[in-house]
Amino acid sequence: MAQHQADSSPASHTTQSSLGHVVPVWLLAAVFGALLVLTCVTVAVAHVDLGNLNLYLALGIAAVKASLVVLFFMHLFWDRPFNSMIFIGCLLFVSLFIGIALTDSRANEASTIGGEGPAMRGVHAPLGSPQK
Amino acid sequence: MPPTAMPPETAHDHPEHLAHHFESLQQQYDSGKLGIWLFLTTEILMFSGLFCGYAVLRALHPEIFLYAHHYLSVELGALNTVVLIFSSFTMAWGVRAAQLGQTRLLVSLLTITLACAFMFLGVKFVEYKNKWEEALLPGKFYNPDEPPPGIKIPGLREADRQPGDTDQAGKPGAPQGERTPAETSAAKADATPQAAPGAVGERSSIGPAAIGPAGLSQSWLQRKHRGRESTWAGPEPNNVQLFFGIYFAMTGLHGVHVVAGMIVIAWLISKARKGVFGPDRFAAVDFVGLYWHLVDLVWIFLFPLLYLIS
Repeated sequence: MAQHQADSSPASHTTQSSLGHVVPVWLLAAVFGALLVLTCVTVAVAHVDLGNLNLYLALGIAAVKASLVVLFFMHLFWDRPFNSMIFIGCLLFVSLFIGIALTDSRANEASTIGGEGPAMRGVHAPLGSPQK
Repeated sequence: MPPTAMPPETAHDHPEHLAHHFESLQQQYDSGKLGIWLFLTTEILMFSGLFCGYAVLRALHPEIFLYAHHYLSVELGALNTVVLIFSSFTMAWGVRAAQLGQTRLLVSLLTITLACAFMFLGVKFVEYKNKWEEALLPGKFYNPDEPPPGIKIPGLREADRQPGDTDQAGKPGAPQGERTPAETSAAKADATPQAAPGAVGERSSIGPAAIGPAGLSQSWLQRKHRGRESTWAGPEPNNVQLFFGIYFAMTGLHGVHVVAGMIVIAWLISKARKGVFGPDRFAAVDFVGLYWHLVDLVWIFLFPLLYLIS
């Protein structure tokens, strides 16, 4: 890949695009088809009750779809590795952000008061609730 | 460099679109691409704030998400997913057309992409309009008369839920009808909550309150499924408005990004019609494409997280 880029002298610029990788149409169509199939799978799987597994399965399928988009539609498969480093580094920070926030979110449950939120009083009583 | 230092033809023996501070087209293109990737990471981090809020809310209140997602139409959400994936496909193909200098193909593909974006927003408008009319809104504006389609709440009289009778149906206080013995026993089951077997992982992590009102509804633990219909064994969970808060925040920010993408794609079309893009000069198409794929990427996660909860 680096060899190819080194070869791209200004003279060869005039023929085909040498600045970036040109993706063949069949590959784009194949990725599009795979994304459609995975969308159908994720809708179908949602109708099967697998307990907690449903959430992880849905997120797993979404991650596969996202990888297809990033690698082929967004050219990261052929791109300079530095761009991939930036993207993966970003994902690491996102996982740190959400992961640490989630560990903390269960730290104060004992002191949390349940019930309807204060702003909701007199606005909307839960449907079917016995009241008055 | 003062223009008098050399004759004009020497000063500009490079492509017109190569800026003076770059060594080569390749360097200019790679710098631009690095810049757009850095921008995309800031976008991902901005959206991750909302995803983080979603994760914390759902971890604490799974019952709200289990109940309220029935208000959303999976069909419309899936339709929008397909529309957006297709627009990503035409955008990626458009980048290829720009790279190969296929101007007419590029203009058509960009136009299809823009049309898909319009269709996405149209479907979104229908969804938002339904939510608005049914008072399925964040905060104190949440005040629906009806439970979601496919959900039965025992406390609501069947007569109240007849079409044409919606004025009285489900108003706070109104659902108090005569209860059948079965419904009364269901209400009792709600008053003395028992954990349903196998449902432990889905239980709200906040227990009933020691003081104040009744705490979180346990009734969703005892929901029964028959086909695509669920029977809630008790009243609606508390604080369902939180779901619509996160729903409108996430889809709204995403929608703003779709609108921004439409503006730049329209700009690309006007440029492409003049034939400025070619093998040496397609960076603008490529970079707008990267942004558009990111918008698609966010929706790929939003769709299962908001519409497909089970």
